Amino acid sequence: MSRDEIRTVVLRALGEIAPEADLASLAPDIGLRDQLDLDSMDILNFVVGLHAALGVEIPESDYPKLATLDGCVDYLAAARR
Amino acid sequence: MPILTADMSAGTLVAWKKKAGDMVKRGDIIAEVETDKGLIDVEVFASGTIERILVEPGATVPTGAVLAIIREEAAGPAAAPLAPSGPPPVSPRVRAAAAPAVPVSPTAPGRARISPLARKLAAELGIDLATLQGTGPGGVIRREDIERAAAARAEGPRKEPRLALDRSARLRQTIGAAMARSKREIPHYYLGTTIDMQRALGWLAEENARRPVADRLLYGVLLIKAVALALHETPELNSVWRGAEAVPGPGIHVGVAISLRGGGLVAPALHDTDRQSFGDLMRSFVDLVRRARSGGLRSSELSDPTITVTSLGEQGVESVFGIIYPPQVAIVGFGKIVERPWSVDGQIVSRPVITATLSADHRVSDGHRGGLFLAAVERLLQEPARL
Repeated sequence: MSRDEIRTVVLRALGEIAPEADLASLAPDIGLRDQLDLDSMDILNFVVGLHAALGVEIPESDYPKLATLDGCVDYLAAARR
Repeated sequence: MPILTADMSAGTLVAWKKKAGDMVKRGDIIAEVETDKGLIDVEVFASGTIERILVEPGATVPTGAVLAIIREEAAGPAAAPLAPSGPPPVSPRVRAAAAPAVPVSPTAPGRARISPLARKLAAELGIDLATLQGTGPGGVIRREDIERAAAARAEGPRKEPRLALDRSARLRQTIGAAMARSKREIPHYYLGTTIDMQRALGWLAEENARRPVADRLLYGVLLIKAVALALHETPELNSVWRGAEAVPGPGIHVGVAISLRGGGLVAPALHDTDRQSFGDLMRSFVDLVRRARSGGLRSSELSDPTITVTSLGEQGVESVFGIIYPPQVAIVGFGKIVERPWSVDGQIVSRPVITATLSADHRVSDGHRGGLFLAAVERLLQEPARL
């Protein structure tokens, strides 16, 4: 799966938890929590969504690596290798 | 029309999920109602057959108004036949699908339970008592019920009433009205304490490491469970204020404040919070948040909370002193978990701590009891595996 495809999966998962968000204008290097007003329940649902879509088991200790869109793509691309 | 939120005076019936002749059982969703808190699924509080539907979709009716007549199962085939017109039959075995927030005792046939003053007022204002369900003790119709019905009628029938209005603005109005009433009527007192969360977070990290992703717990669930169990020790905080007295809650149904995207909040109940396992509680919590934000809360979830827990820690707030949501008598607040110097066995160490606060109704409890409650919450969080 390419990085672009992973990015698409990440955006789809974000769209599930923040359906009102304009994901097209999401800055890739700024925190998702701040941009999308996410709380810990949203983050948990996001991780569950990524796991369902990609089969990647993300331990809690790695949640900080998912802080930005770029971070998510980097982490998931590495985890799928 | 059930009373789903504090100060709710009317609701719009959006759709029926059942029709006349359908069998229903307690807990079934029978209708969808539009309120200031969004679309709510109304549950039925009796089992039987829907005998007659009295309110059509699109109509706005006052709280307490009868939406439908349900013939209870025990009535059997010998029950009275349906009356095609005229006033609905009233008997102990025929219940109206309305006002689950207030238990209603069987009413004597043909005669509403109502105070003389309220009856006189109803006559003056031309309010049909058959369309009301009282909110007083035992379902007695009170002066306030008459006034509410008159006010709702004065607004007139609206085919597309408040649906077209800005929901966010209405929600803000509803919250404002409830909070103003709370500040006006409830003599609040406030307490706060700082709790060491090291053991709780350590236990949680171990627990989540062995759980599948979808079954992981949030620390908020530990806080909610600790509050629920602490209420066993100070049950007066788990009650609602009715008229001039506190009525003990029928169970421990902790309401959790959930912020809504676009502004506003709701605080629906996690039913039987004290009796649920962590796994069940977390699943209920996830489901409740999802439905609070996307629609589909149940009427009982709005009417049943006996205390509220609010947490603003994720916004970076260290302490929150909440305003009690009437008719509840207490609200518990949690702030952000922060690392702070902490004294352990005479040594200063760094510990993750959280500030827990209690806002409580002084008509129902005193600071001493409130302090015992917070102490119990703190003690319980030191043994998370036993929660």
